[in-house]
Amino acid sequence: MSLNFNTPDFEVIRNENRCIQCKVCVRQCANTVHFYDEEDNVICADDTKCVNCHRCVTLCPTKALVIRKYPLEFRENSNWSGKVIKEIYKQSQTGGVLLSSMGNPEPFTVYWDKMLLNASQVTNPSIDPLREPMETKVMIGRKPEKLEFDSNGKLLTKMPPNIELKIPVMFAAMSYGAISRNAHESLARAAEELGIFYNTGEGGLSKDFYRYGENTIVQVASGRFGVHKKYLNAGAAIEIKIGQGAKPGIGGHLPGKKVGEDISATRMIPVGSDAISPAPHHDIYSIEDLRQLIFSLKETTDYKKPVFVKIAAVHNSAAIASGVVRAGADAVVVDGFRGGTGAAPTRVRNSVGIPIELALAAIDQRLREEKIRNYCSLIVAGSIRNSSDIVKAVALGADAVYIGSAAVIALGCHMCHSCSTGKCNWGIATQYPELVKRLNPDIMYKRLVNLISAWNHEIQELLGGMGINAIESLRGNRLMLRGVDLNEKELEILGIKYAGE
Amino acid sequence: MGCVFMLCKDGSKKESMMKKIYAFESKCLGCGLCEVHCRTAHSKSKDIVKTHKRENIASAIVIEENLSSNTVSYFALQCRHCENPKCIKACISGAMYKDDSGIVLNNKEKCVGCLSCILVCPFGVIKKNDDGRSVSKCDLCVGSCEPFCVKNCPNEAIKFLDEDGARALI
Repeated sequence: MSLNFNTPDFEVIRNENRCIQCKVCVRQCANTVHFYDEEDNVICADDTKCVNCHRCVTLCPTKALVIRKYPLEFRENSNWSGKVIKEIYKQSQTGGVLLSSMGNPEPFTVYWDKMLLNASQVTNPSIDPLREPMETKVMIGRKPEKLEFDSNGKLLTKMPPNIELKIPVMFAAMSYGAISRNAHESLARAAEELGIFYNTGEGGLSKDFYRYGENTIVQVASGRFGVHKKYLNAGAAIEIKIGQGAKPGIGGHLPGKKVGEDISATRMIPVGSDAISPAPHHDIYSIEDLRQLIFSLKETTDYKKPVFVKIAAVHNSAAIASGVVRAGADAVVVDGFRGGTGAAPTRVRNSVGIPIELALAAIDQRLREEKIRNYCSLIVAGSIRNSSDIVKAVALGADAVYIGSAAVIALGCHMCHSCSTGKCNWGIATQYPELVKRLNPDIMYKRLVNLISAWNHEIQELLGGMGINAIESLRGNRLMLRGVDLNEKELEILGIKYAGE
Repeated sequence: MGCVFMLCKDGSKKESMMKKIYAFESKCLGCGLCEVHCRTAHSKSKDIVKTHKRENIASAIVIEENLSSNTVSYFALQCRHCENPKCIKACISGAMYKDDSGIVLNNKEKCVGCLSCILVCPFGVIKKNDDGRSVSKCDLCVGSCEPFCVKNCPNEAIKFLDEDGARALI
């Protein structure tokens, strides 16, 4: 045994005047930070194990606990920061790749915060959504070139399959395996009640959840876990996952210890075996190959369901999206570099990919220039944090958004970035039955419904303020956006004017 | 959804409408907050910190745990307010009684601390107080609309239901 250089990241502060030794913290911490010292009748903490998930803080009945950043400092150095030094300690001790969870936390520009929305004054009246009709419904899928009617006004054009979203928000792909069964159930029930969709992620669909099929998007990823004809036909749409914003170019790995009976049956792999998603689809090495997969899936589902293709936002996203649309995708999903993940190599998560705002603007612009924008819907993901992010995304050209991190935060996630340990104290990113049951779907689905309903109200208020009464009328209307703190190039890519212009 | 205990089926009509506490093992976190709030609700101070630091009260609800390596399970256990309570039959001083609404209660004035009720309770839900001369048991927090353990359960693992409400959930 050699010297361990690692020091704690967090410190547990316990107010002894308020602690009643009830041991709620001891029982609730899956990381075994808290322990009871019977001899002295005190609760103690092992700071090295704390991930700052706030489970103990939230459940402590006397509010005796606070978690703080561990106060130990290294000598100030803006190049060799404490974080950089600690990463080297960790890697030189373990020899392993650094793993992280959730999205890119580095201080890159959040472009949503540099864009401001317009509002009507004097010449065009704003609309009060509480008094006048306001539509936030969107249709996702291919739109025809033109509509043709016969002499009786009957539609002659054959309409491509579209799905209807009552609110332009969907729950992003998070597989059963990465998140718990109860988390999945909460998402499914909320999607059903809200008239929106949740995405199965790449882990297949548990047989118990087929009844939410009308509000489900089934995903087909490189591992093809749980993909069969019944699965493909179970959902309202199919999504081919090519890339993920948190880890573009990287596959996935669900450790065998998370593959229990039900996940094994759902994914169609043996109990306890690692579920490895390769980086590429082994049958897709060109746009033509992608077209083959898209049409195999359409063939399997009788051309009744739209097929989405999800790509990560990378340097050449606009050209890639153009190819994806030409390959026959009914919707392109673009996932920005802040998109979450259960586990990704830290270096990939923090330094690969581009911001979703820039990718979205570039893709929408390119598809318009090539006159193929109507061939597909454009869905964006990768850290949509609130309703104004959604409205700004729609003004930049998106049809709808996916939310993953925001949805799990509604379920209790405290962004401790420790999903990969599998010991999520909130019952979200875990498969341990005693932790999974901490997430009660009866309670949690209502929180998701509350969140999205609240956002819907806010979207309506923002639209009304701009004098717009349907979200479809805002799509791609970049005149409703102005930039602040942005340079010429950024404004050019976003296709917006500077505030005051 | 698994309910740990069922009510006696031959209850009178009045009693069948009586609300009781139902425990749902599938939702129980085993956190023990029900115990904390039970003690506080039955304290003089009604303050969580003061109750636990200055008063010595046995919780009438207890988390039962099974922490074996392959099956971890917990549920909250408290008085079932039986149709024909054995504790009342066994009580030598007439302290244990059933009130008009069907709640089994212990009159502390009359209780002599013989602990016969603890011996006969089939559920083991009557607790000896630390003074050794009286017992604690669930009184369903008479007077408040919902027992404090139910009100403060963070995962809705204990519910206060009448028989119809319980049947709908089981």
